Amino acid sequence: MALIKCSDLTLGYENIVLAEHLNLEVNSGEYWCITGENGTGKSTFMKTVLGLRKPLAGTISYGDGLEKNNIGYLPQQMQYQKDFPASVNEVVISGFQGKTGLRPFYNKAEKEQARRNIEKFGLAELADRCYRELSGGQQQRVLLARALCATGKVLLLDEPVTGLDPKVTEEFYELIKKINREDNITVIMISHDLEACRKYATHVLNFGEKITTEEIKHD
Amino acid sequence: MTKLISYLQYPFVRNALIVGVLIALCASLLGVTLVLKRFSFIGDGLSHVAFGAISIAAVAGITNDTLFTMIVTVVSAVLILGGGRYAKIKGDASIAMISVSALALGYLLTNVFSTSSNVSGDVCSTLFGSTLILTLSRADVILCITVSIVVVALFIFFYNKIFAVTFDEDFARATGTRADVYNYLIAIIIAVIVVLAMNLVGSLLISALVVFPAMSAMRVFKSFKKVTICSAVLSVICAFSGMVIAILAGTPVGSTIVVTDIVAFVLFSIVGKITEGRI
Ligand SMILES: Nc1ncnc2c1ncn2[C@@H]1O[C@H](COP(=O)(O)OP(=O)(O)OP(=O)(O)O)[C@@H](O)[C@H]1O
Ligand SMILES: [Mg+2]
Repeated sequence: MALIKCSDLTLGYENIVLAEHLNLEVNSGEYWCITGENGTGKSTFMKTVLGLRKPLAGTISYGDGLEKNNIGYLPQQMQYQKDFPASVNEVVISGFQGKTGLRPFYNKAEKEQARRNIEKFGLAELADRCYRELSGGQQQRVLLARALCATGKVLLLDEPVTGLDPKVTEEFYELIKKINREDNITVIMISHDLEACRKYATHVLNFGEKITTEEIKHD
Repeated sequence: MTKLISYLQYPFVRNALIVGVLIALCASLLGVTLVLKRFSFIGDGLSHVAFGAISIAAVAGITNDTLFTMIVTVVSAVLILGGGRYAKIKGDASIAMISVSALALGYLLTNVFSTSSNVSGDVCSTLFGSTLILTLSRADVILCITVSIVVVALFIFFYNKIFAVTFDEDFARATGTRADVYNYLIAIIIAVIVVLAMNLVGSLLISALVVFPAMSAMRVFKSFKKVTICSAVLSVICAFSGMVIAILAGTPVGSTIVVTDIVAFVLFSIVGKITEGRI
């Protein structure tokens, strides 16, 4: 059974239709890249898959035991309040929120995992700093670490490498590849980095005149 | 000092201090979230709704007016806050509309139907809560203590969820946190606090209890936890010292508490400038 299945999906807003008759199956362990020009509906598609927006028509179903609380998500733009007092630690660990159910506090394992994710993105020294006082790239890394905390089966990333320097970008791609292969986490990534898409993805979904999917064979 | 101790012998003074401190504590806990969600005026808006409800209750001869006021206010709060940032009408505009309507309606009703000769005096004491806190009944005090314990317990229990929903509602929703439930929870709690707080500072000054401690704490501290703890402690200190000053100097209770909050805000702003977020 497919992890995520889109049937005859129509995407858009009140006044515009961005895509029609979209049929798609994402299976466990795949690595999808979504490409396309600005404003073609990539982020809208991702938000619809996440249930943040309702599709204009058609359905999206989760299978294979996928629940909301094993989805990790990196938004393209976060509408947080500019004066929000939150430390890097607090933001990263809040990724576990969906998994805690009615348990009021985070447990040892979650705290430990959050610490490791903070380290993975080279944020250890910034852990107690205020999120809003970090640079754009540092903030992006904090949100990536949070997305890793939230994930269990699927990781949806909306333009994850925006703002990252070349070295961190390279490390990031390797990290995602590792998570995808070793932890069998399905990756769906919106990206304008076509070269990296070819290199890492197993499937490409392109938003253009028409919406096309392509499977990429690696040897 | 001896004057204070002699005053403390009166049960109504002790009751006022207990109730005042508890309400200040509850208001400040939610204050941080409300300020960050840009709902600073919710306290004001809801207290006007509560004022309107009290007037309607008086005119209609509803005997259990606290309960009636509570229900009307909770419903309004859910309407304003419940939609979260998906609400169709902008938060501040809907608060303004509801609060002005309720205020006008309440004043109109009191004016037309009131049997008392001192209408503006009555309205004034409802708005500013000038003497109400010193006339609390035993039942009022017990109700207030119970509600405060529930509010504090709920807040601690859902603290991490409230953080997640306040910081990034979309992410919380996408990853399986039931954001709507927590938005409703916050709305209901704040409505209950507002109805209780009207006895203390009156409806006009409730916003001060919600906004000032949070704003002061945010001047100095940069993590959610520290800000929350600091604003709770600060609010309790300000409410307590404000009431003591009011009792000793014979000044109006509500306004005195607000003045202590303003003084604390100025102090915290200065401290914030000096430390530049190094705490
Ligand atoms: N809330 C909204 N209401 C109405 N139209 C919207 C809304 N959000 C986006 N759109 C429109 O939908 C289209 C697709 O937007 P979307 O954000 O999905 O693009 P995208 O493919 O992610 O582009 P980018 O590469 O710039 O991130 C755009 O033309 C945009 O103007
Ligand atoms: Mg986009």
